[in-house]
Amino acid sequence: MNTAQTMVHNANGIALYFASYPREEAIAGVTDHIQKYWERRMRQQIIDYVAHGGAGLHELVLEAVKRLPVPAGQPASK
Amino acid sequence: MALIQETDYGTPLRVSDTLVTLEIDGNPVTVPAGTSLMRAAVEAGIPVPKLCATDNVEAFGSCRLCLVEVEGRRGTPASCTTPAEPGMKVRTQSPKLARMRRGMMELYISDHPLDCLTCSANGNCELQDMAGVVGLREVRYGYDGENHLKPGKDTSNPYFSFEPSKCIVCSRCVRACEEVQGTFALTIEGRGFASKVSAGGTDFLNSECVSCGACVQACPTATLIEKSVTEKGQGDRSVITTCAYCGVGCSFKAELKGNEVVRMVPYKDGKANHGHSCVKGRFAWGYATHKDRILKPMVRAKITDPWREVTWEEAINHAASEFKRIQTKYGQESIGGITSSRCTDEETYLVQKMVRAAFGNNNVDTCARVCHSPTGYGLKNTFGTSAGTQDFDSVDAADVIMVIGANPTDAHPVFASHMKKRLREGARLIVVDPRRIDLIKTPHVKADYHLPLRPGTNVAIINALAHVVVTEGLVDEGFVKERCDLVAFEQWRKFIAEERNSPEAVEAATGVPASDVRAAARLYATGGNAAIYYGLGVTEHSQGSTMVIGMANLAMATGNIGKRGVGINPLRGQNNVQGSCDMGSFPHEFSGYRHVSDVAVRQSFEAAWQVPLQSDPGLRISNMLDAACDGSFKGLYVQGEDIVQSDPNTQHVAAGLAAMECVVVQDLFLNETASYAHVFLPGSSFLEKDGTFINAERRIGMVRKAIPPMAGYEDWQITMLLSNALGYPMNYKHPSEIMDEIARLTPTFAGVTYEKLERLGSVQWPCNEKAPEGTPVMHIGGFVRGKGRFMITEFIPTDERTTDRFPLILTTGRILSQYNVGAQTRRTENNVWHNEDVLEIHPWDAENRGINEGDLVSLTSRAGDITLPARISERMQPGVVYTTFHHAMTGANVVTTEFSDWATSCPEYKVTAVQVQLAKKLSQWQEQYREQRRITTQILSQTGAD
Repeated sequence: MNTAQTMVHNANGIALYFASYPREEAIAGVTDHIQKYWERRMRQQIIDYVAHGGAGLHELVLEAVKRLPVPAGQPASK
Repeated sequence: MALIQETDYGTPLRVSDTLVTLEIDGNPVTVPAGTSLMRAAVEAGIPVPKLCATDNVEAFGSCRLCLVEVEGRRGTPASCTTPAEPGMKVRTQSPKLARMRRGMMELYISDHPLDCLTCSANGNCELQDMAGVVGLREVRYGYDGENHLKPGKDTSNPYFSFEPSKCIVCSRCVRACEEVQGTFALTIEGRGFASKVSAGGTDFLNSECVSCGACVQACPTATLIEKSVTEKGQGDRSVITTCAYCGVGCSFKAELKGNEVVRMVPYKDGKANHGHSCVKGRFAWGYATHKDRILKPMVRAKITDPWREVTWEEAINHAASEFKRIQTKYGQESIGGITSSRCTDEETYLVQKMVRAAFGNNNVDTCARVCHSPTGYGLKNTFGTSAGTQDFDSVDAADVIMVIGANPTDAHPVFASHMKKRLREGARLIVVDPRRIDLIKTPHVKADYHLPLRPGTNVAIINALAHVVVTEGLVDEGFVKERCDLVAFEQWRKFIAEERNSPEAVEAATGVPASDVRAAARLYATGGNAAIYYGLGVTEHSQGSTMVIGMANLAMATGNIGKRGVGINPLRGQNNVQGSCDMGSFPHEFSGYRHVSDVAVRQSFEAAWQVPLQSDPGLRISNMLDAACDGSFKGLYVQGEDIVQSDPNTQHVAAGLAAMECVVVQDLFLNETASYAHVFLPGSSFLEKDGTFINAERRIGMVRKAIPPMAGYEDWQITMLLSNALGYPMNYKHPSEIMDEIARLTPTFAGVTYEKLERLGSVQWPCNEKAPEGTPVMHIGGFVRGKGRFMITEFIPTDERTTDRFPLILTTGRILSQYNVGAQTRRTENNVWHNEDVLEIHPWDAENRGINEGDLVSLTSRAGDITLPARISERMQPGVVYTTFHHAMTGANVVTTEFSDWATSCPEYKVTAVQVQLAKKLSQWQEQYREQRRITTQILSQTGAD
């Protein structure tokens, strides 16, 4: 899998777990998980991917990503 | 420290609320009821002669040396088999007893070689000692009669010899094999004078013996003795330390002569092992001085260049300068580090500190990523803390033991022996595993239920078990009501009660008869204290975290949490995988499992470390490699970890590393990851450092330096050198100062100090104001998170599916004699038992493919292919094959894929769709590996080194 395919697969895996919960709870769960465990570049990547249609993403992911805060830019080089 | 000789009390400790007071040689003595007279005497400081008694096996009463006199009683009972009774008056010495003891010794010595001066046990022989104790001065029978002095020596075992001519047939070895190890490999063959110890009628190497060393330890003479002692003589000093192999964390006495280890002997006071050991910890320590050890720092510009030995200063400055260059060019987030589960807590803590404070990002991860990260996630979310709930001794109170996805007799052998002992006492056993692991049927142990599920269907099985509990009215309603979040429980109860979770509904997917699942669930729920023990067969799946949650749900629903004998018990793979996680090795959390986004927590670290810290999680190992392939991650510091061999999809790992501009490997050996490194920093073995390891029961055990670091520095010192060169100063003088900092910053470690560890021997976290001497059993009276949280566990089949092209499922794992990537054990005599990885395949699958035992076969998945020899095995179920990843040349992880746990990215090692066919030659990857390895491990002759 390339990086985009991996990202879609991983994000959908999270959605499939939370899909058993009521919709609002599920969306919040996906958002929280991505926010807590995905690094800034990965979050930016999925935000950009969704902005371009989000092909292949579970609909809970599409909804959850919309609620993700835009990551701050990379810290200044040391 | 001088050689430590532990007191042998002769018979095992008895625990009782009832105390018994008696008189021994005029001294009042009080002991728990059931204590033998021998033990009572020894505890009172009164030695009793003995040969067949030792305190790790039950009394046998055969040597007649421990005879005593009891006032008002006839005869001279054996003190080892006579329990203390109130008011008894016991004499251990009298002229009559002395005569009898001398008489017994005469008989023993009349059939024993008189070669004491040249005997390997000279100076450490109980027979010799007892001859002195009883005052033996003559042997009236002479030495010409029938005897046992002729049998030859069995040297087949690589680590110890068996010399029957020196045997006194005390049966200590046989009893140790039975009672301590539980293997029953030894027996007494013949009767009367013809009685002799036998390894089942063959030599030791070809017997059922697992080389745990219990027999050697029990032997009072030189009959069974370590070859290292025969070669080097007795040690002259002991250092108590903690084993560097599996997560059991056994305590050992390293016995040394000068700076040379003579032998490792399990320490009786070790609370994880109680004086027992396995073949790895007991014998496989020779790697520490193996000729392959790299003892000079090395650098090279390109990974195809030969290594150049340099000074420590040059190596450290080069690494620091490269990391700074990379960050300047590619950004602060372009580098990261990996901590080691084989290094100490203090070393691991320093690596994550350096990454967060000196690199200025959170790109730190650890090898727990690929083993027990789902344990952390699942138990944190349900119970509130990322660790197992019990101590090992808790198993003594278990009535039902459910082992899921673990093979303890191979991977955690010392705890397996403990567990088997409890099973022989009558505890019931449920095994959930695709393979027929040894525990299912082993001497005097037979599983009540084996649920041989198809790989990848764990969650379906745990749901089915819970479904039975919920729908058959077996929920512990009182426990749930008092201890758990009821809204979450009702949500879960409704879900789990749905018919699609019933054993009948999932039978087609799991392959396990519904009736067996129902029976197992009833036994777990109603059989008394029920404990779950599990391993990587639970975690290394796309639903690894879900499965951990599922087990936690089941335990809460049945009230099997918060007391002895129950719980959720992860059997951790590596020696310090628990500690490396505790120390903040994951990219999203600080030590003590606190998220980096928690402002108060982060501020406490910023204040202590005097540097601003990032609030965003960093990259996991797999993410680092992906980012490297994409060009945004360029530098990596790897301490004591070999991701090329241990992580899935080897070719992807290699591609990621090859895309980096500076890889720094700190290790004992030029491991597989070092093939892609630009800087090599020679590390130190566990014998060469001070620090602590934390085992699977959260026990913090001391690691003590037995010999100086061979390459000059302990690993924590090397990390300090690098951090200082990066411009972030670290100036610890001793690992105890690092632990002091950990304690200041980590509430669960707040009460941990080296002084306390020295005093108590070990401590289980949480250790703080509430529990100043630690916490053997967690969640008593309440969960760490407050109310226990049930979570929904929908079974979602993995995307890794069998097809016509890949019709079989591969699972990978470990065996007894080798450890993880084999870097240590492959450099020992353990290769006698396992010198190559083999593919276990069921006879049907083999026959369908024309495969015979030992044939070379190809193993192909969508990720890659390798070849290896086949072993036909009915331990496998049809459709499932198995191999190990201990040998780099095999490349088992060339075949495994990048699919992973949804929550933690723990790889799905246990499910890979594969095909197996007869092969005639090595795979292309294996051929290339040989050549690539030859090139990347070349070292130029020494120039400019220290």
